[in-house]
Amino acid sequence: MTTVDRKPRLRSLGSTEMVYLALLGVLVIGAVLVAVDGGNLFGTANLVDMLTRSSLLGFVALGQTFVILCGSLDLSVGYVMALCSLIGATTMAGDPAKVPLGIVVVLVVAAGIGLLNGLIVSVLKVNPFIATLGMGLIIKGYLDTTYKGPAGEVPASFQQFGYSRIAFLPVSTAVMLIAVVLGILYLRRSRTGYHMFAVGGSQDVARLSGIRTGRVLVTAHVLCAVAAGVAGLLIAARFGTGSALVYSSGYDLDSIAAVVLGGTLLMGGRGGIAGTLAGVLILAVLDTVFNILQVDPFFKDVLRGVVIIAAVAIYARRQIDRRASRPRFGPGGNGGPPKDPVPDEPVPAGQGADR
Amino acid sequence: MTTTAPEKKATRPGVAVAARLFGGGSATVFALLVLVFVAILFLNPSFFEPPSLMAFAKKAAPLVVLAVGQYLVIVCGELDLSVGSLVGAQVVIAAAVIDGQESRTVPVLLLMLAFGVLVGLVNGLVVTVLKVHSLIATLGMMLVLYGAIRLWTGGAPTGALSEGFRQVGREGIDMPVLRQLPWALLVAAAVVVVAVVFMRKPFGRTLVAAGDNEKAAAFAGVRVWWVRTIAFVLSSVLATLAGVLIGGYAGVTAQVGEGLEFTAITAVVLGGVVLGGGRGTVLAAMAGALTVEALFTLFNQLSLPSTIRPTVQGLIIVAAVAWAARERRRPFLPQS
Amino acid sequence: MRRTRVLVAGLAAAALTLTACATDTPTDQPPGGGGETEQEQSSDGEWFVQAEYDKQLAQREQEPQGPADQPWLQMIQPELVDTAEFKQDGKTLCFSNASVSNPWRVTGFITMQQQVEVLKQAGEISDFRVSDAGDDDNQQISDIQAFVDAGDCNAIIISPSTTATLTPAVETACESGVPVIVFDRGVNTDCMVTFIHPIGGYAYGADAAEFLVEKLEPGSKVLALRILPGVDVLEHRWAAAQQIFGDSDLEVLGDEFTGGDGAKIKDIVTQYLQRGDVDGIWMDAGDGAVAAVEAFEDSGKDLPVFAGEDELSFMRKWKDTGMTAIAPVYSNFQWRTPILAAVKIWKGEQVPSEWVLPQEPITDADRDEYLERNKDMPSLHYAKFGGEDLPGFPNAWKDR
Repeated sequence: MTTVDRKPRLRSLGSTEMVYLALLGVLVIGAVLVAVDGGNLFGTANLVDMLTRSSLLGFVALGQTFVILCGSLDLSVGYVMALCSLIGATTMAGDPAKVPLGIVVVLVVAAGIGLLNGLIVSVLKVNPFIATLGMGLIIKGYLDTTYKGPAGEVPASFQQFGYSRIAFLPVSTAVMLIAVVLGILYLRRSRTGYHMFAVGGSQDVARLSGIRTGRVLVTAHVLCAVAAGVAGLLIAARFGTGSALVYSSGYDLDSIAAVVLGGTLLMGGRGGIAGTLAGVLILAVLDTVFNILQVDPFFKDVLRGVVIIAAVAIYARRQIDRRASRPRFGPGGNGGPPKDPVPDEPVPAGQGADR
Repeated sequence: MTTTAPEKKATRPGVAVAARLFGGGSATVFALLVLVFVAILFLNPSFFEPPSLMAFAKKAAPLVVLAVGQYLVIVCGELDLSVGSLVGAQVVIAAAVIDGQESRTVPVLLLMLAFGVLVGLVNGLVVTVLKVHSLIATLGMMLVLYGAIRLWTGGAPTGALSEGFRQVGREGIDMPVLRQLPWALLVAAAVVVVAVVFMRKPFGRTLVAAGDNEKAAAFAGVRVWWVRTIAFVLSSVLATLAGVLIGGYAGVTAQVGEGLEFTAITAVVLGGVVLGGGRGTVLAAMAGALTVEALFTLFNQLSLPSTIRPTVQGLIIVAAVAWAARERRRPFLPQS
Repeated sequence: MRRTRVLVAGLAAAALTLTACATDTPTDQPPGGGGETEQEQSSDGEWFVQAEYDKQLAQREQEPQGPADQPWLQMIQPELVDTAEFKQDGKTLCFSNASVSNPWRVTGFITMQQQVEVLKQAGEISDFRVSDAGDDDNQQISDIQAFVDAGDCNAIIISPSTTATLTPAVETACESGVPVIVFDRGVNTDCMVTFIHPIGGYAYGADAAEFLVEKLEPGSKVLALRILPGVDVLEHRWAAAQQIFGDSDLEVLGDEFTGGDGAKIKDIVTQYLQRGDVDGIWMDAGDGAVAAVEAFEDSGKDLPVFAGEDELSFMRKWKDTGMTAIAPVYSNFQWRTPILAAVKIWKGEQVPSEWVLPQEPITDADRDEYLERNKDMPSLHYAKFGGEDLPGFPNAWKDR
């Protein structure tokens, strides 16, 4: 199983470039199929459709990237979205003056949930899979008990967030793209962002190099929940009201799929938000193409499953080569998914001493 | 190679057995199980009359079988999200192919077994050969199964199960005190016993070793990819068996199997089996499954409003797993 | 240095987007334009509206207008509206479906496709486009938007996945000038040309509850089995039942959410039986009803008085066991009506602004007749699917 560096040519390609290559491939194949069907994938209507579909999942996947980079996971995002759409809509209550208040309340609540998730994972050492699954159940119970259906009302001014667009670019997508740019900057330029790669690479190594791993994990979870909160706000803007049933739409697993499609390792430590954006776009393009081609909804599920596995299998081929070329650090030991060696980017261990 | 607490000779054999059972965070689940049963006893003593207990066993059997399958995958460091969809797919396949005809029961059971092996093999090979993380590989399989089975049946299950097929999940051996000893209980017990024995055999130990330290296991001559593939096949075969039990228990509905993957994983983790592999026992996984089912029963006995139950369930699970994690840091036996 | 450059670039991009936004917004009118959306919003989360309840209960008694052998064309208290403005030669029909995620919707969607087939052969419809949102409201909003943006739909049929949340999207569709037809669940606007639905959830829940009250002795115990919370059509059924049980001498043991999963239903009913007697079962939808009946059989208890649904598996069990039961109906044949309505609108014929279809439960009296009619159908098929006269019958439903 230890094949060594068979494809030096591929190695020169960064993983993000690979993902964008995949996106390009999906776009080309999609465009050809649509053209054969007599349509134009890049017509304004279809372009708008693709971008709109990408915005909601984009926010969730953006947040999910942070936690996955840290080697964690968040399965509660769907419930956070539902909760935030309801809190936002009921706080705004149709009054344009209360829009800022609604946004603030949502962000605070989301951050609180993220904080809890992070603490449960980092302090109580509960595996993130179970911790966030449990948190999801807790929120679900609250939602089902408190809200018996859609509630609240979003003023027309805030609905703009979900509906208006600049030429072919929906405002929600524009905001999502800005968030993505900020996220990339955060990961690359801030100390905590940089530490996330180290923590995901190996918690123990990161700790030994002086990084406060707990703090980094909590930050990632807070960012993830806040991103899900923004997605909840977008839901509210699109629906004109808040809805609890959003949680059954599968955004939790979808967002993880998008992140992994984007080339981020599920074990953490390697990847990035630019890739996630491509992952989200791949899924959105697929959806749009399936829609134009009138693919049977059940066949859609099959294709999605196959595409996800196939894409990740292709990325994995490269990573095996790389992994084999580097010495492996000892296993993490305490809980958590199997650890992968430290990321390619040199971890600035010196900077880590922020005590 | 081994990982469950210490394998070295303890001074008293009793302690060693206890450590095997309760060490590494598994004590929590047994304590919780007892606690839940005591609470039920307090609320409704008649639950412990044999017929009621048998009814509980019949209901809990499929989850026990699923949990054992999931345990095998988790202990070697992977995860199987496709079992819920597979249970659904198997029941739907059975109903569609049997179509109410008794004579087709046995051939269809064989067909289901073959399908289960195939799904497990694909899962396993995608994970081990294509190196796709098991969460993604089995998530993909979950989507594929969900879609394919509905594509095939046109959206909703068709056909019907035969009486013979339903026997195992629904009926039992009539006897005086128990009223009826459910087949499902016997099946689940057999699965657990076989799994316990299996885990003591060399293959079981290599399974744990592969989950504990892949590299070390490989150096020790374990064909890690092969061991893991087998674990996925076993998980799918047990999911098939669970499908037979569930289909027998309640017949065909469009929603059969939905969400079972998360319940099974929860049960296993609740049993102190560590996600990421290398730790935990079959018995603890079984106890986890029983605890989850007992919790549902407790909620019902408490007449807890249906809507608030997920919250309580979530709180208990997180608390129990956190407690077990704390225990794991203070080992049952002092390490020398 | 590089850091600042990236920051500046990011800010510039953001600023550019913002300014572009300020100049370019009017591409799209704000949907709904505020104001109109707030009617009937159940923002307090309460599902019972007395006036609507009274109206639906009264509608059950009314003789519907139209051909008795074609219930999908019948209407109750219609207020006909003129559709001359939509008269056209275009024949592309677009349908935004919430999902086909349960047998009721699967059955209905087959009926709809068969109806389209007939009209295609007659040259009334040239193209039938369907998008399926898989129960995701946000997806459905995009789907509707895509139809509007494509610009070549001559009519849009919408089966909303959730009432309140689809309102802005439906309004956008209306504003595009294309005739919009909504059916099954409604939306909080009346901008569509016609809204097609059977009498409604209150009537359904009341049919079931009244039957239990009538057949059971005072003091009997009833268990309510529900699918999931927060869906209006289902909540209305339960709200009506609560109303009727509240006025009766029956004791409601509890209401449980089952997700329609047979195993869960059987488990819950078994547990209730373990603690005491259950004399009646009320369900908000019949999925998994047979599992509930089996729980009684396996526990060795007398079968309860049962309110299920017109799903065949339940009706066959009902006949086999001879128990006292009723099958309330949420008319599945309504899936034909929107297609026929679209063709009417294209011809400029009048349609009712609210097209209320009849909704009559199946009782002991007509049970065997419906079973005979559907004898070749699969068990998760709905007796009142109303497609017997379509050329695809029976194979389209049988061998799907």
